[in-house]
Amino acid sequence: MSDLVDVTLKVNGSEVSHRVPARTTLADFLRQTLELTGTHTGCEMGVCGACLVLLDGTVVHSCLTFAVQASGSAVETVEGLTERAVIADLQDAFHQRNSLQCGFCTPGMLMTAYSLLSQPGVPSREEIRDALSGNYCRCTGYEAIVDAIETTARNRAEGRDAPAHEEVEA
Amino acid sequence: MKARAFNYVRASTIVEALEAFEGAGSDASYIAGGQSLVPSLALRLQAPELLIDIAHIPDLRGIELKGSWLRIGALTRHAEVLADPLIRKHAPLYSEAAPHVAHPAIRNKGTLGGSISHADPASEFPAMTLALGAELEIANRDGTRRVSADEFFVDLFQTAIEPGELLVAIHVPVVRPTHRWAFHELARRRGDFALVGCGILADVIDGAIEQIRIVFFSVGNTPLRAWKAEDALMGRVLNEDAIAAAQAAVIHDLDPPEDENVPPAMRRHLARVVLGRLLGDIARQKP
Repeated sequence: MSDLVDVTLKVNGSEVSHRVPARTTLADFLRQTLELTGTHTGCEMGVCGACLVLLDGTVVHSCLTFAVQASGSAVETVEGLTERAVIADLQDAFHQRNSLQCGFCTPGMLMTAYSLLSQPGVPSREEIRDALSGNYCRCTGYEAIVDAIETTARNRAEGRDAPAHEEVEA
Repeated sequence: MKARAFNYVRASTIVEALEAFEGAGSDASYIAGGQSLVPSLALRLQAPELLIDIAHIPDLRGIELKGSWLRIGALTRHAEVLADPLIRKHAPLYSEAAPHVAHPAIRNKGTLGGSISHADPASEFPAMTLALGAELEIANRDGTRRVSADEFFVDLFQTAIEPGELLVAIHVPVVRPTHRWAFHELARRRGDFALVGCGILADVIDGAIEQIRIVFFSVGNTPLRAWKAEDALMGRVLNEDAIAAAQAAVIHDLDPPEDENVPPAMRRHLARVVLGRLLGDIARQKP
């Protein structure tokens, strides 16, 4: 059985082409083939959310997608968002609020937060928690993570480009 | 936790997909969103020789109103179910249930047709398909056939879809002005599988229940209609007495399996509570 397939993707704006086994997940393709290790693999069952990426603009589990299924699509990882500086304020707020802890879940949390904050309006804490229901933090830093996302949402709504450090309480 | 090696083919038409399945000697699986299939492959609960990707077949897409039926393409994603105005208006139980289906990233990829054909007894969409009295359009080499939801869910993860057949669309009879509906589920956390869930579609004429479909999920091997509770309500005005009668009857509709976390008596109790809340909601809805 020849199970090798050609996968062509636009990843963080650049086109890549590789021949890989069909069973290669998008998560493994990003991490092992492209060495983009910002996308983490945890449960590999679609539960923990460490592997979230943007596939054609919507947030999905890269562990629940075979790379070949995504062939022809555009993928953006946490590296791409970081390079475009579209989550710089979010990353800063995570830092300020001590939301990082061990950091393993952080890329997925940032993906969820990016996606949530791309929608109009300022989400309530309940809506933030709801959106984070697919992200596991084993350090249980949720309170701080919700704080960071809420802070960023409010700052953006008030038109502040850079996070206002002095207003962040300890 | 990796899938066994398989071959992959991307189908662009329904016929292509059906032929690929036949060509693989039936040792194949269709994949659309893959949100249940991929974990199942990773756990090696399934290990087909061939995966047939149906996600790019245009005929499986689209949501359109055709007379008194709403046709929803099988590839409609959960997030689209949640947001679509036609579904909200004509098949509202799907919209009510959608926020409870997993979490946003799963909803972005999982498909309505996938959920229904997977037939997880704890899933919201199969149960709402039954509550809405939908019909399932299934394609095979001879053409297509339609199966009513009442006959579709056969047993645990088992439906009327034969090996190689493909769910094409869900046809929902549109709700009428006399219809009222309600959905509720009890879960330990939003997005988790429900301990008990229920959807109700009732036709209320001159204050009395003319027709009603009460469907529970997470209480047995398939979504289950609460026939005795329905009978207890037929022709009645939805007052406290009628609700109490339905709650008394529903105990006899359900035979939940043994479960060390949620014993059968607890599920029956929760079903009674959920039914009471939902019927109360419906009683308060304005015609």
